Amino acid sequence: MIRRSALLAAASLLGLSLAAQAQDFQPALLFDMGGKFDKSFNEAAYNGAEKFKAETGISYLEFEVTNESQRDQALERMARRASIVVVVGFAFGTSLEAMSERYPDAKFTIIDASVDKPNVQSILFKEHEGSYLVGMAAALKSQTGKIGFVGGMDIPLIHNFEWGYEQGAKAANPDIQFTANYVGTTPAAWSDATRAKELAFSHYDGGADVVYAAAGAAGLGVLEASKDKDKFSIGVDSNQNHLYPGNVLTSMLKRVDVAVYEAFKSAQDGSWKPGLLNLGLKEDGVDYALDEYNKDVLTPDIVTKLDEAKAKIISGEIQVQDYYSKQE
Amino acid sequence: MSDLWLPALLLLDSTIRLAAPLILAALAGLFCERAGIVNIALEGKLLGGAFAAAAAAQLTGSAWIGLIAAMAFGWGLAMVHGFATITHRGDQVVSGMALNILVAGLGPVLANAWFQQAGRIPVTAEAARFPSLTLPFAEAARSVPVVGQIYAELLSGHNLLVYLAFLAVPLTFWVIWKTRFGLRLRAVGENPAAVDTAGISVPWMRYRALMVSGALCGIGGAYLSIAQNAGYLRDMSAGKGFLALAALIFGKWRPVPTLLACLLFAFTDALQIRLQGLPVPGIGEIPTQFVQAIPYVVTVVLLAGFVGRAVAPKAIGVPYVKDR
Repeated sequence: MIRRSALLAAASLLGLSLAAQAQDFQPALLFDMGGKFDKSFNEAAYNGAEKFKAETGISYLEFEVTNESQRDQALERMARRASIVVVVGFAFGTSLEAMSERYPDAKFTIIDASVDKPNVQSILFKEHEGSYLVGMAAALKSQTGKIGFVGGMDIPLIHNFEWGYEQGAKAANPDIQFTANYVGTTPAAWSDATRAKELAFSHYDGGADVVYAAAGAAGLGVLEASKDKDKFSIGVDSNQNHLYPGNVLTSMLKRVDVAVYEAFKSAQDGSWKPGLLNLGLKEDGVDYALDEYNKDVLTPDIVTKLDEAKAKIISGEIQVQDYYSKQE
Repeated sequence: MSDLWLPALLLLDSTIRLAAPLILAALAGLFCERAGIVNIALEGKLLGGAFAAAAAAQLTGSAWIGLIAAMAFGWGLAMVHGFATITHRGDQVVSGMALNILVAGLGPVLANAWFQQAGRIPVTAEAARFPSLTLPFAEAARSVPVVGQIYAELLSGHNLLVYLAFLAVPLTFWVIWKTRFGLRLRAVGENPAAVDTAGISVPWMRYRALMVSGALCGIGGAYLSIAQNAGYLRDMSAGKGFLALAALIFGKWRPVPTLLACLLFAFTDALQIRLQGLPVPGIGEIPTQFVQAIPYVVTVVLLAGFVGRAVAPKAIGVPYVKDR
């Protein structure tokens, strides 16, 4: 018995070293809570990594965090083995700060948080710019003059969505009435679709007819509510238009897929640089979604106005304030 | 008047939707705790029911098959629980907790293997969900003030399982207090030796209690995944099983007080949801964190001040050994 386990251990060691030789470049991707196929934020990251895999044939290591205590452990494991570790989600911030010091030779890219270390690349999105556009769409579409917002976890990042959305809505219709609420204050909020749905019902019952969901997988509850009540909802992160055609007005795209793909790609060809990247409308980091599923509800006159505003934001004619500077 | 009236009505409407799974789970707990079995596994059975309902409904496209599958799965879990605690006299809390952990892990793994959606099961077909039922004349009644509005908004427009949950309360009351089965069930939970002396099998009584409890939890789970929501999500029961257990203790193991406790929990939750983001006259907008603490504060205050002593069934948690 002892001998057999020793043999097994030797064999697995051999297997590991063979694998390491066969593949010199080894990317890794860590997903945040909510799960890989949340049809939203994590799924966008997954799509980016899959695109890289399809193009280069290089497979990647992955890990789905299902509770808080796994963050350090997962980071540590990947840092030892991978050439580039991409972590998605602001919640990795504190873990990464410690781990990037412990593994100074490893390269990390974090999405949605800023970690100021010599071996970390931080990618932030100007969610407020994309949210501004969907806010305009909501205000232009609304018949009742009331719109709503359902956030996931109550954190500054999600307030940034809310603030951009409110600014866009007010720009399109100064008289618009706007209410916002949040699913919760813990990471469990990202998957509590039942509560998100009830929150959306409370918006619709209160007279709102467009609700924007910035709540990860929980946001699916909001989209479902718009179907049940036959009102409008706005998806987030990934393109969610296809989920309930006719009820999902549009989606605020956050191109996490592009960010993950670029991080893998640049690490592979050696152009990867640490530091802070801020991706907005100009850099194609955020956008609104228009496809065959929502072209009937997002009418051409709305699209024209959105594209005008988009051009103005890119040229700097319209300045969308972010939540962080609103605070100051 | 109408400014406050309609929101209040919609608040109660939301309360009913949120209360339904709590009621079903709490009644499930009532049956087996009255028979002397601590049921901390309510959470797992609820989640298991949600999983089975979503999987079966998505595969067959029929909400009824989903419901039956959920009841069967809840029943199966209850039998495992019974095998450990009744047949082998295992610790009821430990085995219940083991079931919770088992279901929490098994659900996402199987869902992933079968549906490749990382532990989610989306239920897409219209017929695979229980639709909202509009009671007769509800639309006509809407224009009648107060009574008509209560009828149209509050009583009408829920799905079948909600009505089932509320009907289960008087039914449970009748079974527990007015039938021979109920008398024996209560006796098994208070003094199993006496029941045994009367020539009634204690293990069989307890197994039967668990069967009822498993099936009720299954209905509660089906409500979560194919009636209230469209699909199964990882950990979607979100502590409702434990909350139901608390409601059961709060309601002193009696059907009607338990119903009231469930309604109270659901009401504070609904209130919390509706209050968020709304400015309160004179105070302004209350921060999310304060609003979300309301259910817990109310629970603590009520538990500490108003409930009084809750006396559990005497033989609860004790495995029955014949020759002691």
